[in-house]
Amino acid sequence: MKNFKKWTGIGLALALALTGSLAGCGNKAAVVDKENPAKGTESKEIFRTLDEIKEDGTINIGVFSDKNPFGYVDENGDYKGYDVYFADRLAEDLGVKVNYVSTEAANRIEYLQTGKVDMILANFTVTDERREEVDFASPYMNVALGVVSRNDNVVKSLDELGADDKIIVISGTTAETWLTRNYPDILLQKFDSYATAKEAFENGTGIAWANDNTEVIAFSLQNDGYTVGIPSLGSNDTIAPAVTKGNTTLLEWINEDMEKLGKEQFFRKDYEETLAGTYGDEYKDTLVVEGVQQ
Amino acid sequence: MPDLGLEVLFKGSNFIRLLGGLFTAVKISLVSIAVSIPLGILLGILMTRKNIAVRFFTKLYLEFIRIMPQLVLLFLVFFGTTRSMGWNLPGEGASMIVFVLWGTAEMGDLVRGALVSIPKHQYESSQALGFRRGQIYFYIILPQTLRRLMPLSINLITRMIKTTSLILMIGVVEVLKVGQQMIEANRMTSPNAAFGVFFVIFILYFIICWPFSAAAGKLEKKWS
Repeated sequence: MKNFKKWTGIGLALALALTGSLAGCGNKAAVVDKENPAKGTESKEIFRTLDEIKEDGTINIGVFSDKNPFGYVDENGDYKGYDVYFADRLAEDLGVKVNYVSTEAANRIEYLQTGKVDMILANFTVTDERREEVDFASPYMNVALGVVSRNDNVVKSLDELGADDKIIVISGTTAETWLTRNYPDILLQKFDSYATAKEAFENGTGIAWANDNTEVIAFSLQNDGYTVGIPSLGSNDTIAPAVTKGNTTLLEWINEDMEKLGKEQFFRKDYEETLAGTYGDEYKDTLVVEGVQQ
Repeated sequence: MPDLGLEVLFKGSNFIRLLGGLFTAVKISLVSIAVSIPLGILLGILMTRKNIAVRFFTKLYLEFIRIMPQLVLLFLVFFGTTRSMGWNLPGEGASMIVFVLWGTAEMGDLVRGALVSIPKHQYESSQALGFRRGQIYFYIILPQTLRRLMPLSINLITRMIKTTSLILMIGVVEVLKVGQQMIEANRMTSPNAAFGVFFVIFILYFIICWPFSAAAGKLEKKWS
């Protein structure tokens, strides 16, 4: 009996020690001010200021690693795309190296709020809800809805639709919500996935297909016989770099640098290098935003 | 043969990258399994104790881990520790902590179940034969427990290996994420790559998980 107790005791101590050492292994960058507990965790900022990033020599930027052509990894394992081209330039102007962190749509805000990245450049659309959580810099791209239709019957305006004309949308997308709210009379044919919507449209269902404009433009360029009659529709949101809320030094520097980049038409060049292959040259002015202050 | 877009796998260093992702997933799961099994056995023994406090806390721990989806645990450990304690855990470290916590809890319950399923007369007869407490466990109870534990723990182990597919949510690029990257990077040139890449990932997971099942089957046969 005694023996058994001793062994479980040792085991428990071992378990505690193990979890302790495991938990401690990433402890170097702790931001809690232990010497001055009165200050608490709130006073010491979670993010790194511009000077701290410069001093460290590496900036952590969260990007998508599977959203071609905005942020993706090529066959050599290098990050590429419209967002990454911009991120590379920002790091170059700042004089630091980049450490790319692969983010998902669902964890972008969390990454900024915990200071695990200094900046998010992951096709991040500016919305009022997100403005409460993070700080956005100047925009560098437009996102809107687009409508693609067949060459023999191009829909140029939603007002010219006939009473029986159906528009295809994918359930749960911005296109569905926007059309339901703003054009309640238009008949919508809803599909659950991109693949089923595409197949139905190709087989003659619906007069047109409404989706994010980047998606419909790419569709019309990859498939013969389709034209994007309405390339930009809806709320006209923008995409912008985001930093942790309150990180003004970094935010101001990004805005200054983007002003400079706007003068040299950097984002048009970025478009030509990364997006033109997918969207062609003609949508450059629809998609690119340059030199606009936030 | 249908077009599976397999050519994507052989572009540049893609295949090496996929294996690298597999290595990350296997490393995290194997380290966690190796730590969870001994800890789980200890926890299981603790859980059979009569002491109310011990029972309460072990039960609380088990239920907490069992109720929480692994994804929530990953977010709690990766982002939550930064928010509340200022620790900046690396993604792989956070994954290992979650997998050890989870593996220990479930393994503990399996061990508890196996221990209580050993009939009381086994303990009593060994006592009557003059075995000491430690000896009873080592020679009589443990061998019987192990046999009952084998299929259950193989389930847990393969589940832990497969659940590493969640750690991409905290920025760890493992085999599934590399696969998604490859599919997306080539979605214009090889639109069917999803079939080929996921098929290969399926085979890779199988290659990792199957030896565990095979070894368990062998052992069960040997012991029966």
